[in-house]
Amino acid sequence: MAKRHSTPNIGVLAVQGDFAEHIRMLESLGVEGREVRLPADLNGVDGLILPGGESTAMRKLLHRWDLVKPIKALAKRGAPILGTCAGAILLATKIADGDEPVLSLLDIEVRRNAFGRQLESFETSLVMEGFGKEGRSRTIQAVFIRAPEIVNVGPSAHAVATLEDGRIVAARQGRILGIAFHPEITGETGVHRWLVAEATAALG
Amino acid sequence: MCENRGMPAPKRAKTSTWATKSGLAQMLKGGVIMDVVTPAEAKIAQEAGAVAVMALERVPSDIRRDGGVARMSDPDMIKGIQAAVSIPVMAKARIGHESEARILEALDVDYIDESEVLTPADDRFHINKHDFKVPFVCGCKDLGEALRRINEGAAMMRTKGEAGTGNIVEAVRHIRTVAEEIAALKGQSEKRVRAAAKEMRVPYELVKLTVKAGRLPVVNFVAGGIATPADAALSMWLGADGVFVGSGIFKAKNPAKTAVAIVQATTHWKNASILAEVSAGLGEAMKGIEMRTIPEGERLSKRGW
Repeated sequence: MAKRHSTPNIGVLAVQGDFAEHIRMLESLGVEGREVRLPADLNGVDGLILPGGESTAMRKLLHRWDLVKPIKALAKRGAPILGTCAGAILLATKIADGDEPVLSLLDIEVRRNAFGRQLESFETSLVMEGFGKEGRSRTIQAVFIRAPEIVNVGPSAHAVATLEDGRIVAARQGRILGIAFHPEITGETGVHRWLVAEATAALG
Repeated sequence: MCENRGMPAPKRAKTSTWATKSGLAQMLKGGVIMDVVTPAEAKIAQEAGAVAVMALERVPSDIRRDGGVARMSDPDMIKGIQAAVSIPVMAKARIGHESEARILEALDVDYIDESEVLTPADDRFHINKHDFKVPFVCGCKDLGEALRRINEGAAMMRTKGEAGTGNIVEAVRHIRTVAEEIAALKGQSEKRVRAAAKEMRVPYELVKLTVKAGRLPVVNFVAGGIATPADAALSMWLGADGVFVGSGIFKAKNPAKTAVAIVQATTHWKNASILAEVSAGLGEAMKGIEMRTIPEGERLSKRGW
């Protein structure tokens, strides 16, 4: 039997959203992504991606299929988790304007649809701190689609990317990363490389 | 949160790019888009887990029953639905009706459906969708129709089916046709593919890209006749990226329960025991129409060219 320590098993939440795009990104890095729809799909998973999608729909499906507890347990075991856009909303400890938080794994407050409707969806380049080679910064092209904004970063987390106007769009707390944009649709590999490296490190 | 319009994109950012237009459709994948005619229905849809709603004045089965000319909805009605929910709101314009589309764009809808469910305004041309900031979804029955729409700028497709019938047979036919026509071009010589492109009246490069990917180059949902959780699962099994449900929800005996069940079935389309669980006890589905009883001239899917 092959030893499993070299490539980690990465799960991709597949209740709704662009999970196939994330799985393709992982494949391009030589890592297989596993679709997660039920708690049993998380068995043996070393890292998890919460994709882009419609956060209200994803929230309901997470509760309906009892996925909240096992995902929190996975984080507690030290597995890295990446949330993009709707995924970042699911990770947040606070959601502006009343919605209950879902996973509460990342110490941030997010505001949904913070830029407006689809006509305000946009592309821009931005700098991600610590996601380049040897922990340097990395400039990437980022696509924001009816995106959330991180309106507050709590003491346990820190911002890793801001827009030119200063608004925060990515934040990290240890092995938990939430970003408001979509590297999976531009083919930007830096964030997925980070996840795979963290999952590999967590395997020991 | 619904009244929160947000602070717009930063100054140096580019809006309405191909990535933002086709990207929103990517975010809707694996989800259900529901037709709604009132803010109350929109809330039921959102509560059930819909990824977007289609705001319109009458669902297709009522349009079919009432006859006459079906047009874009009243802007006040669309605004009411936008105010009621935080999920994306789509609205329909007539085929070729640039002005209806401009009005919908001014209303800040998230997607425009250039739809055969409404009465066509132009019997020769569809809307030039590249000229718009807002993205479009269009219907198709076959590969040529899909690629013509994409070439005109559609950022999302839906196979047409036969709207308002509660009968999935045409939807199945259309998604199968698209898949079979792509498969038939796989491994063919450049000469053959060029000939196919010419016949379909689309650029060779677009056909080449489609054949290489083995699928349409934009997100493709199934529409037209989906009425049960099993119908949604079948659509996904046939390769759809997601599902539009029109009359199937609010013409069912129990709309809220049916809406939830169709959402679950779209996620768990591979899991037959979950499908059995969510299909149980929904009450009567919409009545439905046998295709033979609809004269050719009254088939909505024949509209569009």
